[in-house]
Parts: sequence; structure tokens; C-alpha cells
Amino acid sequence: MSDNLESFRRETRAWLEANCPAEMREPLKSEDDTYWGGRKAEFKSPAQKAWFEACVAKGYTVPDWPKEYGGAGLSAAETKVLREEMARINARSPLSSFGIWMLGPALLHFGTEEQKRHYLNQIARGEIRWCQGYSEPGSGSDLVSLQTFGEDKGDHWVVNGQKIWTSYADKADWIFCLVRTDKSNKYQGITFMLFDMESAGVTTKPILLISGNSPFCETFFDNVKVPKDQYVGEINRGWDVAKYLLGHEREMISANGAGADMVSAGALYAKSLGLNAAGELDDPILRAEMAKFDVDVFAFRAMGERFMDMWKTGRAHPASSNMMKYAGTELNKRRFELVMSGSGSDGLEWESEESRQGASARAWLRTKANSIEGGTSEVMLNVVAKRILDLPGA
Amino acid sequence: MPMYHTDDQAMLKDSASPFIAEAGPVAHLRSLRDSNDPTGFSRDLWKQFAEMGFTGILVPEDKGGLGLGHVEAGIVLEEIGRNLTPSPFLTTAVAAASALKAAGGAVADEWLPRIAAGDAVIALAIDESQRHRPERVALKAERSGNGFRLSGTKTFVLNGHVADMLLVAARTAGAAGEESGITLFAVPRDAAGLSADPRRLVDSSIASKLTLDGVEVTADAVVGEVDAGWSALKPLLAAARTGASAELLGVGQGAMDMTMTYLKQRKQFGRLIGEFQSLQHRAAHLYSEMEIARSCVMKAQQLLDEGNDGAELMVSVAKAKVGQTTNLAVREGVQMHGGIGMTDEYDIGLYMKRDRALAEFMGDVNYHTDRVARMNGY
Ligand SMILES: Cc1cc2nc3c(=O)[nH]c(=O)nc-3n(C[C@H](O)[C@H](O)[C@H](O)COP(=O)(O)OP(=O)(O)OC[C@H]3O[C@@H](n4cnc5c(N)ncnc54)[C@H](O)[C@@H]3O)c2cc1C
Repeated sequence: MSDNLESFRRETRAWLEANCPAEMREPLKSEDDTYWGGRKAEFKSPAQKAWFEACVAKGYTVPDWPKEYGGAGLSAAETKVLREEMARINARSPLSSFGIWMLGPALLHFGTEEQKRHYLNQIARGEIRWCQGYSEPGSGSDLVSLQTFGEDKGDHWVVNGQKIWTSYADKADWIFCLVRTDKSNKYQGITFMLFDMESAGVTTKPILLISGNSPFCETFFDNVKVPKDQYVGEINRGWDVAKYLLGHEREMISANGAGADMVSAGALYAKSLGLNAAGELDDPILRAEMAKFDVDVFAFRAMGERFMDMWKTGRAHPASSNMMKYAGTELNKRRFELVMSGSGSDGLEWESEESRQGASARAWLRTKANSIEGGTSEVMLNVVAKRILDLPGA
Repeated sequence: MPMYHTDDQAMLKDSASPFIAEAGPVAHLRSLRDSNDPTGFSRDLWKQFAEMGFTGILVPEDKGGLGLGHVEAGIVLEEIGRNLTPSPFLTTAVAAASALKAAGGAVADEWLPRIAAGDAVIALAIDESQRHRPERVALKAERSGNGFRLSGTKTFVLNGHVADMLLVAARTAGAAGEESGITLFAVPRDAAGLSADPRRLVDSSIASKLTLDGVEVTADAVVGEVDAGWSALKPLLAAARTGASAELLGVGQGAMDMTMTYLKQRKQFGRLIGEFQSLQHRAAHLYSEMEIARSCVMKAQQLLDEGNDGAELMVSVAKAKVGQTTNLAVREGVQMHGGIGMTDEYDIGLYMKRDRALAEFMGDVNYHTDRVARMNGY
């Protein structure tokens, strides 16, 4: 077993050496170095294209999905090896996608064979970019109160309503969307629909964030026709799919929190801030804060590894991704507070060459959403209290 | 190594957990305390630990032990922590055993089998001031004949008044603050010039201030090499710190479990207090911290067992993180119990006391947080 794993590691290393261009081993320079795929996608460089295409051919955009759906059919242990080997050379992710992180796992669990073959292959090859239509102006944390309505017209639904905070809705090709199909049943009156964002009656309006970017939109549906076969799971049982998907979303968000950038905060600033004669960071209070943060980071990294080992082998509590999401996102927000403190007045620059157009200030502001998107920290704590600690009335 | 217990480790837990709950529950601590027991722990229970194989976990098989690792020792320690069982397990079977195993030689041949058999209690005489600063060891050991003559004082020596042997860190060369020049000695309890002044601590354990007034030992008493005692002290400290973290984790888990039970029993305003969201959120936060603490303790144990270079960092991460977390668990525990949490009759306060003592042992949260910064170059 572990012999096989060692030879898999050697093969993977050689494959990465041959296929991952040097440029794709450098850290992302900005958010738009990320490749999201889709109809409107363009590659930023030949290296990005070569890396993406090599991964698609090998099934490495979704290494643990079955081969017939575009994956490489790797086991959990092999996927871990691939992840470790990619991290070792700082390989960029070839494809970022809500299809991979969110819709894919839901389809693998709830989809029909036909849906899996069709949609999963599209996702694996980066052909269709998906967005997530859950939140509405009146339904955020209390998502199940959503009002967007699909009227049954025999062979199709006619959908009317509004979504909000739809990340990349203006760039996406298709949407997976929660739509009420039975007004008399709160939990069992929602259908998980899939439809084309180019359908007549869909419009999007970008929202400007405090980071100065507009990654998300208000999304309006005005008599949008959705064919009756474009839903996942069962009609009126979309809430089950939505919840399952949220589990994966939280797992993904927390896995990001536990990812490669979970490194010492103090070590990063030792150079720019300077060390005193005793070899200590030249600001004793900031040093102490960074040291406390580092303890939490290294501890959380151990938690990330344990969570993954347990999750992949079915040992984890099914609600533990909520705990991971809470802890990981709160930690990431703390990191960026320290980044700002460590950068001093340089970190304030918003528009300058040296600051790469305010990269750290914008990143700092962006992290504030970590504990809101995909379920707020308070909601995560509610879920942990109820489902893991079994506290009453929660 | 995956970060969950193997089947064998799970079996060990399944036997250790009910055994310690039965033989060393909180009531056992209370009875020793209330009878003002002068030893501070039960020698009978120590013998039973040996019969269960616990005392030999870290002792090599050719020395009469089981030849297992820190993960296994941690399983027993967590149960000791959960039950607040007074026991010399951490100092003797974990810390001293690790130092002797690393040092080898005649002194290891003599003491390791006795540890495994439950025939020896060993105390650690390292600290010299109220703050744990092992590299600042100053207690003097001068050459005398073909042996050494030790003079100085030690403090916070748990079980020092009843130990069969004391591991004494002394300076044979160099200056306080240097790792080299330290030598570790195995000093028998009846050595002339050795006196112990025992004090009962807040958690009812008994620690001594030691005075060594020209204590003569032979060269055979040296554990490891002269002037290079750090190479035996380093594994001792790593084992003691990781072990203390595991025991502390048990203390935190025990306090948290008690508190969760109480939240589901106590009613106010016509509702169970566990229905109040302010308490739910604090409970959920505590759970999250406990899981993270548990993870880094396991990681430290695994890295030590692998002999991985990354172990030292993770050991300090673990001691610092569990220190914070168990402290949170006992403070929240007392607060969420209301008035009853302040009574001697109720157990939660005993958890608070043990937390404080274990947190101080072998470096507190601040000491290890600082060490993490140093190991990362700032
Ligand atoms: C960057 C970003 C990207 C996003 N992307 C998407 C997307 O692609 N698709 C999508 O559908 N949505 C998306 N969202 C929306 C996100 O899921 C919601 O913002 C989130 O669920 C919170 O809802 P809300 O904004 O309405 O806040 P509210 O629910 O109004 O919450 C306001 C405050 O009240 C607290 N609160 C609410 N209920 C409780 C409770 N029961 N107990 C205690 N406190 C409570 C919350 O924690 C919060 O602090 C995104 C959000 C962000 C910030």
C-alpha cells in the first residue's frame, strides 16, 4: 500500500516536473491570475493554458472524481500525495470553479447518471462557469425563507424573483439556484434548479465592495423559462441538496484557511521590521501578538490535517466542517489584521505601483467576508451548538 | 501517519478509560486530599498502573516495557487528566523514562526496568526559580574524587519528597543560560546532604523545594555525558511538555463535558440554560478550540514518535495552545455553573486548580509562545 503510494509520489513528481511550467509555480500576482474557465474565459499567458490543458488531459482538475466524469479516479491517499507534491513546488491550481467546489460534489451525490456525465465533464474541462444563486435580499442566514418562485407550467417552470451577493454572476455561464416551488411547505417546497444565465429574463448588476472590487451581483429573474428536467435531486426537496452543498462549501473554505499560506506571521515581518540585538522583532507587543497568532496557525494546521484525514475516511462528525469554517475564517481575518499592522503606513497605499494597487489593503478588506460568505460565524456556532454539542432549543 | 488512533491505540483507550475512571476518579483525589495524605498519590494505584502495562509504555521491550510511543502515553495521560488522578505517571513513566532511554548506559539499565515494574517513582529537579528556564540551570556540580559534589537549590519538584530517585540538572561547566555545560545526575533519595521541603499545592499535589548541600555522587550517577546533559534533558523536556499537554487536554475535556451536561440540566427563566444563545456560542467556540488543541497534541506526539525534526516546534505549539484552551474550559466551566461552581463540594473547581498547576509545569503559555517566535526566527 505505502509502496504503491511512494511510487505514485515519484510518478507525480516527474509528471509535475514535465508539465507544470515555471511561471505556474509562482504565487498569484493578483486575483485575476486565477483561471476560472467558462465560455468567456481567456488565458492570461501560454503557460497558464499549457498547465490547464495538461491537467485536463490527466484528470487533475478534479483528481478524485471518477474517470468517466473527467477526473483521474485517485484515492483519498493519492489525492493527498498530489496535493502535497503540488504544494511542494507551489504549483497554482489549474482551474478554480464553483462547479468543482460546490455543484460537482452535489451532483456526484444526488445527480442522475446522465446529469453526471454531462455536467461533471463540462466542469472538469472548465467549459462552463457556474455561479451560486442562494441568498436573497430578505433571506441571508435564514436562507430557507427564500421567495424566488418557479411557477409550474407543465414542461417548464417560469421563475421570478431576485438573488443577491451572487459571486461572479456577471461572468458565469450557468447558475445553480434555489427556487421555491411550493409556497405551503417551507423546507420541502424548494427545488434545486440549473439554468443558463443567457436565458431570456436574467439580468445582473454588479455590487462594489469595500475592497474596491465588484466580484458579486444582484441577479434578477423576470419570467425566466427553466425546462422541467433541469433540477437536481427531487422536486421540492432542493433543501437537502442545498445543505449537502453547503457542507462542501464550508469544507472548501476551511481547507483554504488551512492551506499552504498557513505559515508563521512573524517570520514574514522579521526582515522588513528588523530584529533587535536579542534577535527579537523590534516591537515587543506586535511580536507577542504574532507569536500568539503563530501558535494558533500551527495548531490549526494540525487540525486541518486531522480534519481531512477523518473526513475522507468517514470518521469526522458530519457537522465538523462548520467548526472548521468558523475557526479557519476567524484565523484568516486575524492574519490580515497583523499583515496591516506589520506593513505600517506602506500597507495603507491604495493606488501605487509599489503596493501593486493596494494589494494588501484590498486583501485585508476582502478577508472580512470570510466569516460572512457561506454562512456567518454566528450561524456556524449555532450549528455546532445544536448538531455537535446537542444543546437544547438551538 | 493518519491523524486518528490506530486500532491498537483505540484498544488501549478502551481499556485505560474505564480503568482509570474506576480506580482513580475525582473521589480518589478528594480522599487523598481530605485525609491529608502525606505521599500525595496512591502507591497501590501506581502498582496497578504497572499491572495494566501503563508504566512500561515508553520503556523499551528489552528493559521490561512495551516499547510504545508518546501517542500511547498520551492516551493514558488524557484519562489521568480527565479524572484528576494524582499520579507520578507523567514525571516517572513519561519524562524520566524518555531521558533514561535517550541516555542509555548503566543508569538506564538500572532504572528503566524498575519504572516498568512500578517499583520506582522518579522526580524531576530542574527549575531553580518560580519561572521555568531550564537553560539557566546554575546548581553547581564540582568534580570530587571520581565523582561529583552537588550544591544548590531546586524548586517545584513534584513528588520530590517521596521519590526513589531524583533527576537533577546541574552545571558542570559554562554559565547559566548556556545549553552546554549542563549535566544530568541520578541522585538517590537517601543521599547525604539532600533535603526536601514539601508543600501542598493548589491542586493538592505535593511539590518540594530541594536543598543539595554538598551531595556526593559517583560518576555512575551521570545520565548521558558530562557537560552534555542537554542531550538527555532535551528529550526529557519534550516528553514532559507533550505529556503535560495531553494530561491538560484531559483536564479541559473533563471540564467541558461536565459543563455541557450542566447546560442540559439547569433551568432558569423557565428554560434550560443551554438554550441561551450567548452560552451556546461560548460553548461552541470552546469546542472548536478543544478540537484544535487535540489536533496539535496528537501532531506533537506523532512527530516525537517519528523522530521528526519538526517535533520541537509542535511541542511548544501544543503546550501553548492546550494551555490557553484548557484555561478557557475551566474558566467557562466555573462561570457557566454559577454559584455552585464556586463550591468545594462541586468538582469543576478542582479542574480549575489542576489546570493552573499543569499549565505552570515545564513552561507556561507565555514561555512556549515565546519559544515558537524564536524558532521562527523572530
Ligand atoms: C464575498 C461574499 C460572497 C458571497 N457569495 C455568494 C454567492 O455566490 N451566492 C449566494 O447565494 N450568496 C453569497 N453570499 C451571501 C452570503 O451567503 C450571505 O451574506 C450570508 O449567508 C449572510 O446573510 P446576510 O448577508 O443576509 O446577513 P444576515 O443573515 O442578515 O446577518 C446579519 C448578522 O446577523 C447575524 N445573525 C443572523 N442570524 C443569526 C442567528 N440566528 N443567530 C445569531 N446571529 C445571527 C449574522 O451572523 C450577521 O452577523 C456571499 C457573501 C459574501 C460576503
